[in-house]
Amino acid sequence: MNDALLRANSLVKHFGAIPASDGLSLEVRPGEIHALIGPNGAGKTTAIAQLSGEMRPDAGEVYFGGRDITRLGADARARAGLARSFQITSLFLGFTAEDNVAMAIQAHQGHSFRFWGNARRDATLRDPARDVLARVGLGARADVVSANLAHGEQRQLELAMALATEPKLLLLDEPMAGMGHDESLRMMELLAGLKGSLAILLVEHDMDVVFSLADRITVLVYGRAIASGAPAEIRANAEVRDAYLGADA
Amino acid sequence: MVDLRNLNRRQAVHLVALAAAILLPPVVLAADEPFFISLASRMLIYGLAAASLDLILGFGGMVSFGHAAFFGVGGYTVGILFTHGFQGSEFLGLFPGSDNALIVWPLAMLVSGLLALAIGAVSLRTGGVYFIMITLAFAQMLYFFFVSLETYGGDDGLSMYGRSRFPGLDLSDDTSFYYVCLALLLLFLWLGHRLTRSRFGMVIAGVRENERRMIALGFPVYRYKLACFTIAGAVAGLSGALIANLTEFVSPSMMVWTKSGEIMVMTIMGGMGTLIGPVFGVAAFLLMEEVLSAWTEHWQIVLGPLLILIVLFAKRGIYGWLVGREGGR
Ligand SMILES: Nc1ncnc2c1ncn2[C@@H]1O[C@H](COP(=O)(O)OP(=O)(O)O)[C@@H](O)[C@H]1O
Ligand SMILES: [Mg+2]
Repeated sequence: MNDALLRANSLVKHFGAIPASDGLSLEVRPGEIHALIGPNGAGKTTAIAQLSGEMRPDAGEVYFGGRDITRLGADARARAGLARSFQITSLFLGFTAEDNVAMAIQAHQGHSFRFWGNARRDATLRDPARDVLARVGLGARADVVSANLAHGEQRQLELAMALATEPKLLLLDEPMAGMGHDESLRMMELLAGLKGSLAILLVEHDMDVVFSLADRITVLVYGRAIASGAPAEIRANAEVRDAYLGADA
Repeated sequence: MVDLRNLNRRQAVHLVALAAAILLPPVVLAADEPFFISLASRMLIYGLAAASLDLILGFGGMVSFGHAAFFGVGGYTVGILFTHGFQGSEFLGLFPGSDNALIVWPLAMLVSGLLALAIGAVSLRTGGVYFIMITLAFAQMLYFFFVSLETYGGDDGLSMYGRSRFPGLDLSDDTSFYYVCLALLLLFLWLGHRLTRSRFGMVIAGVRENERRMIALGFPVYRYKLACFTIAGAVAGLSGALIANLTEFVSPSMMVWTKSGEIMVMTIMGGMGTLIGPVFGVAAFLLMEEVLSAWTEHWQIVLGPLLILIVLFAKRGIYGWLVGREGGR
């Protein structure tokens, strides 16, 4: 009946009088990179927060793999395969890069009511953690305390942690925020390399990135999806051009 | 074998402290100062309470201001059962009293642990200042409950006529009792150390570092925090049971809010998040209290500023200062 992996149905979220989500509907299909674009304050982060379960919508539903997850908390959604990264980097700053990823691996390995063995010497945590670090290009930085990593490296680590939970869908809120040109290119290659292995909902400002990576694009303005479709359709859409792309298209 | 030449500073501090703890009774007895054995026992017992608080405060970042409640309830468990055993009566008409340490100590842990489970279940739904206030409020409720509990002495507390019995040991002998306290403290420090570096311990540390991230990774953090809170409460209960045995007396003052504050100060002073550090904080605190109170009756006025100085100049606590850089986290 519906082959969407993630489906948001008429989400409504108000902050006082501000409608941050105003009947927002959106679908992410398995394996696709779906970009969510829109001007600042359009409600992209708010949308991600409702999809990840950090925020409850005032109205509307969220379905994941056909199941209604509207009432599930963020932790339960993560366990179901819905991972997110944060627009503002959110790490365990006192821990090494490897510790950070090992924590994500641990989250993915069932309950942690294990009181005995030394987790930092547990090969079933450390080996996969090192693999994931290598995948995002941080292999040589495993033992660096994450507070001491460069900003771009922290963003890579943020992605590594999300990947380590082996999600079906990744919610990425501006993964390249604050990155330099080279770092952005790296991150773009990384995301391109993930294509097909999992679905990604990508919030991104840089239109070059969006149009080169995305299979489909949804345009958000004032908390509403004004258009959704393949990059070519979005480029050609007059309403989108007026509302958003106008300046740089 | 441990090669003494290869000890790092932290191991050296541990070894010296352990040797001092083991040698203390024969030394003070030889010096004819047996009073110091009971002072040192108090240090070990409060050390257990402070180390258990460190599990939630230092490792978990949960600022519980009601830890004395578990301490006091553990003490009362021993006191109440002792009284019934002594009178040959039954608790609530249900079961007889006991002065068997192998029964009442685990029972004190169970009762305090269940209490911590209940208090934690409510308190841990909040955070920040609310968590501090609600744990404080629960502890004060218990304080007033025991003040009004006339059956068991009310405000005046409850005197026991001896210590618990322990098969094969004479706990009424101060030296034997001291070594039992030492053994229990060491056992907890060892188990606690294993716990803090286990998977469970990683989750607790992760919650302290970044709870929001832990949730986003899929951890049901509430359950882990509650388990940690419960374990800490149970151990504080054991510590209260031991104090009840040491002084042969329990009273509501064991769980008044200043007692929670005292345990917290000792923990911070010793060095949070190290488990063993708080034991050093306790030793220093009780020693200062002893010295200052012999010197002036206004000792608390002197102790306050001293504590502030220690916290200011040894940011990682006395233990952090002793072990130097490498020992810190
Ligand atoms: N926690 C909040 N409280 C009040 N207003 C908020 C909150 N979060 C977001 N908003 C408001 O909601 C609107 C959408 O914000 P956001 O989702 O962050 O937009 P975007 O990520 O697209 O820039 C903005 O007007 C913002 O000021
Ligand atoms: Mg945003």
